Amino acid sequence: MWAFGRVSGLVSMVLLTASVLLGILARSGRPLLVIPRFSVTLLHRNISLLAVVFLVLHVAPLLLDSYARVNVVDVVVPFLGSYKPFWQGLGTVALDLVAAVVLTGVFRHRLGPRTFRTVHWLSYAMWPLALAHSVGNGTDGTSAPVVAAAVVLCVAVLAAAAWRMSAGFLETAAVRRSGGNARKGWGRP
Amino acid sequence: MSPIGPAARLHIDWTRCDGRGLCAELLPEALTRDDWGYPLAAPGRVRSGADKSNVPVTGAELAAAMDAVKLCPLLALRITRP
Ligand code: SF4
Repeated sequence: MWAFGRVSGLVSMVLLTASVLLGILARSGRPLLVIPRFSVTLLHRNISLLAVVFLVLHVAPLLLDSYARVNVVDVVVPFLGSYKPFWQGLGTVALDLVAAVVLTGVFRHRLGPRTFRTVHWLSYAMWPLALAHSVGNGTDGTSAPVVAAAVVLCVAVLAAAAWRMSAGFLETAAVRRSGGNARKGWGRP
Repeated sequence: MSPIGPAARLHIDWTRCDGRGLCAELLPEALTRDDWGYPLAAPGRVRSGADKSNVPVTGAELAAAMDAVKLCPLLALRITRP
């Protein structure tokens, strides 16, 4: 149970990272090499849902594990755990944020674009929390391979975030900047 | 377009749309993109001068149009009956 919970945690961390990267790419409006835009969006969605599956496989075994001593309240309310409560709490906050982001994503047609987008922004808070939890709480979180992997994921997300904030991010950025009379080129978050 | 007219119309809410181009990929026959990336009815789809944000779609395109409605990241698309 313990080992299983660890592996599924690492897998979900990788999937969450992939999802963040694909989300940023989807936001740019660009296709990925030969993969069309709608497929990038579908990949973003499906990988996120897969990450949720692995998060369930990460948390559920720890509930059943007598050694981990995690109870149902710890899954939802952060910083109450008995083992490394701070690092575990970061994971709990990240889990709550994932739940919010995924649920508002699934029900976005009913909630409307404003709620969906506002909550979706929380992904950027979720990711570093999840990573800190992986490294700080994991049994082998500070082992060389995990730290190396964490560095790689960090560089990837930081690079993507920098690209996200750069002026040429949108596929149509160049036209929208030069055309002063764009039909509606004004800023969106 | 069948002689009895379009199966449905795809309404584009340009105030929500940010021209990400997913819909134009899913409906290459029905939609084109302007220079800024915003989708509009392909030439020949609507009479010139007519509203380019209500795009007639054929029965064969309806499934793709519904996918576009579902996938549009800004919820800018809607199916309306003709
Ligand atoms: S998918 Fe939505 S946001 Fe993207 S171009 Fe079409 S209507 Fe606009």
